[in-house]
Amino acid sequence: MWSLKRKTTGEALFDLANNIIMLCLCFVTLYPIWYVIVNAFNNGSDAMQGGIYWWPRMFSLENFKAVFASPGIMLAMWITVAKTLVGTVTHVFFTAMVAYAFSRRNLIGGKIYILMGTVTLFFGGGLIPTFLLIKDLHLLDNFLVYIIPVLFSFFDLIIFMTFFRDIPEGLEEAARMDGANDWSIFLRVVIPVSMPVIATIALFHGVYQWNDYFAGIIYVNNPDLQPVQTFLYRVVAQSSSNQMITAVQGSNLVKSVTSQSIKLATMIVTTLPIVFVYPFLQRYFVKGMMLGSIKG
Amino acid sequence: MENKRSAEPAGGMTPLIPANHKTGTGTGNRPSLWRRMTAQKHLQTMALLGVIWMIIFNYIPMYGIIIAFKDYNIVKSIAEAPWVGLTHFREFMEDENLVNVIKNTLGISLFKLVIGFPLPIIFALFLNEIRSVRFKKSIQTISYLPHFLSWVVLGGILATWLSDVGIINNILLALGLIDQPISYLAEPNYFRGIVITSDIWKELGWSAIIYLAAISGVSPEMYEAATIDGAGRFQKMWYVTLPAIKATISILFILAVSGVLNSNFDQILVLRNALNDSASNVIDYYVYYTGILSGRFSYSTAVGLLKSVIALILLLIANSVSKKINDTSLF
Repeated sequence: MWSLKRKTTGEALFDLANNIIMLCLCFVTLYPIWYVIVNAFNNGSDAMQGGIYWWPRMFSLENFKAVFASPGIMLAMWITVAKTLVGTVTHVFFTAMVAYAFSRRNLIGGKIYILMGTVTLFFGGGLIPTFLLIKDLHLLDNFLVYIIPVLFSFFDLIIFMTFFRDIPEGLEEAARMDGANDWSIFLRVVIPVSMPVIATIALFHGVYQWNDYFAGIIYVNNPDLQPVQTFLYRVVAQSSSNQMITAVQGSNLVKSVTSQSIKLATMIVTTLPIVFVYPFLQRYFVKGMMLGSIKG
Repeated sequence: MENKRSAEPAGGMTPLIPANHKTGTGTGNRPSLWRRMTAQKHLQTMALLGVIWMIIFNYIPMYGIIIAFKDYNIVKSIAEAPWVGLTHFREFMEDENLVNVIKNTLGISLFKLVIGFPLPIIFALFLNEIRSVRFKKSIQTISYLPHFLSWVVLGGILATWLSDVGIINNILLALGLIDQPISYLAEPNYFRGIVITSDIWKELGWSAIIYLAAISGVSPEMYEAATIDGAGRFQKMWYVTLPAIKATISILFILAVSGVLNSNFDQILVLRNALNDSASNVIDYYVYYTGILSGRFSYSTAVGLLKSVIALILLLIANSVSKKINDTSLF
């Protein structure tokens, strides 16, 4: 790119070696996932013998059918979808709103508010005091425990704030001339021009919501409220082999599937949505990571 | 500047301070604080909603830490619980798990620091040398993929790989390196290796983003000048690219050092089990175990507090060392 001269032998060798190393790295990244995929698309009892590396030996869709036929797994999926949608929209909106106020240099008390937030980056109450608070707020076994305790994040606020401070003042001034107040400026001027940073935070928080299993473990006992990651944790970590089969009882597919093969299929089904979304948001989150790193 | 009051948004956006408050002109020719606050009531409302959230979800738990110095019982309130001073801290110092818990935590963290920290930098440096823009973009996209898998799913992948009929045992058996399958996740000896390898696999590409972003800011003229001076590829990496990301490296290193007492709890909880407990019981798990699973709230809080305080001290030390050595610091 920067060199217009002919490549020397050393340069050519370097490029060749570098390309090969990168290809190996891609293989090391993708193959572990591929291995799970081919096993999930294989007849469950046959897969128990092992040895399926590149392609299914006895191709079968039964595992996936069993997943979609299981009321327990499907309910957990819906909980995950609901908490991800509601959680992401409210987190992004609330954090952006506070960030907009904090980003305004004429905000009275702004320095104190920002100091209050900065303290939380370095020190917190920890597991038990937070648990006791959640209990006192009657959020245990409550869907809102997935939303309210993560409604706001000061770290995300910093990313928003860095972005908002770069918005040309002329935009806001023009709206103010037309009689707009701070609230409508936030809604009609700031949000529309901040889509890159909104997409970034939405992706970060959406992934957190989608993948988090810990809230479901410590705050929720009711199985009807557990997200799919918590459900998977219970079968993966406790690896009690009957649970998966119990979960799909009522379907007559049980014979060709095993607890292991349904587990793999569930893993794939829960991961697919994110895998399809993130490449499209790549240019946003790369920028967002930079914004987050400038401050500091 | 005029603030229109007509466009009052509905619901939850009313001022939090009673409107009948005295609105004097205050001393001097500056309007009073109250007058200035009401002049920006929308802005204040937005800010205070965030402040209230922080008070509830950040500062009330900080107050809750006092149970570390009390004998807290779930049926009474925090204020009612009797003070016991440093009893719980002393108990932790005499706890038979203490040495093992610290050894496990530091063992994993130090390996992550020594191996896991430099690898993303090296990856970013070499990725930057890829000439085809398209190939570079594709590698980047692929390298981010594992970051988006949850630890539960990755735990499932590892369990599949490491099972008795999994690919690892199959290969080692075929090569004749082992006689019978090994249950890796049930063996304490393999725990640290599994944790570190899976962490690197998951986060290598993602951690490199920030370095790649810093590298993209290097002017191409720097490379041209280096080429004219006869610099080879490695020399350019060393003398042009690396200095450009030095500040980023320092900041991330400060954070990594201050985080040595942290474990990736999501990861540990997925990979640990009763059989590998002697290697997988880290401070964070011990806090979870004593607190949530055994109900020793005060004791668990004391252990957690000790950890946070040491982490804070480590951060301050790392920060001031970095400030002295290479003039980069967090604050």
